[in-house]
Amino acid sequence: MPRLGADMTAGKVVKWLKQPGEQIKRGEVIAIVETDKANVDVESFIAGVLERILVEPGDERLPVGTPLALIRAEGAAEPAAQVVTPAPIPTGVVAPAAVPTAAVPAAAIRAAMPGAAAAGERARISPAARKRALELRLDPAALTGTGPEGRVTLADVERAAQAAPVAPAAQVAPAMQAPPAARTEPSPADAAAARQLRMREAIASSMSRSKREIPHYYLACTIDMGRAMAWLAERNTGRAVTDRLIYAVLLIKATALALREVPELNGFWIDNRAQQSAAIHAGIAISLRGGGLVAPALHNADQKSLDELMSGFQDLVKRARAWSLKSSEMTDPTVTITSLGERGVESVFGIITPPQLALVGFGTPLERPWVLGGQVVPRPLLTATLSGDHRATDGHRGALFLAAVDRLLQQPEEL
Amino acid sequence: MNQDDIRVRVIKTLSGIVPELDPGSLKPAKSLRDQLDIDSMDFLNFLIALHEEFGVDVPEADAGKLGTVNACVDYLAQALQQRVQA
Repeated sequence: MPRLGADMTAGKVVKWLKQPGEQIKRGEVIAIVETDKANVDVESFIAGVLERILVEPGDERLPVGTPLALIRAEGAAEPAAQVVTPAPIPTGVVAPAAVPTAAVPAAAIRAAMPGAAAAGERARISPAARKRALELRLDPAALTGTGPEGRVTLADVERAAQAAPVAPAAQVAPAMQAPPAARTEPSPADAAAARQLRMREAIASSMSRSKREIPHYYLACTIDMGRAMAWLAERNTGRAVTDRLIYAVLLIKATALALREVPELNGFWIDNRAQQSAAIHAGIAISLRGGGLVAPALHNADQKSLDELMSGFQDLVKRARAWSLKSSEMTDPTVTITSLGERGVESVFGIITPPQLALVGFGTPLERPWVLGGQVVPRPLLTATLSGDHRATDGHRGALFLAAVDRLLQQPEEL
Repeated sequence: MNQDDIRVRVIKTLSGIVPELDPGSLKPAKSLRDQLDIDSMDFLNFLIALHEEFGVDVPEADAGKLGTVNACVDYLAQALQQRVQA
């Protein structure tokens, strides 16, 4: 069971889209998993052959880390290598990490999963001890530490390896062998209420962690949206309704381009240090009808045209509200953008989604007096805000970022 | 197509955008945005759905004329009539 978002602890297998014996490409959707926030298309993080399905679809909620299937990695020798879904990692946005058996060299697996390095906050463990634990196929999170503040040391790893020379896959196996829970079909209303409750729990857990761990700083600036709105109105004039843009797309693009200029706001806080991401995957906060929200990724937002961003955004909103997102969309965001526009809210000071480094917020563009060329004139003004992780960046860099967003929105034709 | 037919189809289209919509409590003269909590993305999707339902492409400049159910019915009735005459 992969961790499909920082706040996910368990999920249900809804459906398998591949059968044993079928070839699987890397990135191909192999199953649908229901999390607290969505039905997620789970993409394979490795190419190979689906050897065996270990968990049939059902109502049982399985903890993150439960093996769901065996995939024989491409080029792996018989007998089938066991590739399980991620070892449990305490918290964090995680690309699936595999626990390879001897049949597949660890390096090969890791090469197939560049995202694995982006695992979220981990157990307190020294880098050398972590490396050794992975070599020994031990779950770092499950080890008992005797170092300072309970830190897991190299000696702890060696001790654990002698005490339990069994791969962690075996330790988590009971979860998958547990008899299926008695099936009682909940009514749709009950199911929706239960899902609503779990979503609140997921948000509570993620946001509490953020406020507990991340020292936020907050900045705001007022942006004159006059040029951008006029440009947008002109661009939309004469276009078919299916071919129009909404102003939120300009905000997304300007944010993504500004992050190129101040890249230290884009990435994750992992292992007590900031890890910048070269790719800019904008997590777009989407409110769900009936409450709750989800912030799936618009991938490579800085490289997409406004039209591409618009269709991607429309597609995300539609699928988020239908509880149908892809695993990469849930795990990839490197920054979050929230726009509470349109209901008259002037500014939003958001809570960073751990382990990301920043959240960018936009209020409603409101017609207000503004001084332009010595004259007071009515202009649509928008408050842009930045919530930054002070461990990773300082207000000065944050200010440069907001200034870049402002500058970019003054030249909408360049976006 | 008379006004009642148009009204039924407007509400049906709207419920595609707002699944929890209760047609009985929908106030025809009250702002759609205010009573249904729809944002600009929802509204654009509503215009796209109206286009699919009625074949009427609402120009950007006219989007503001479709703020209520009554306004939608009036606008569409006129647009459909103009199309018949054209």
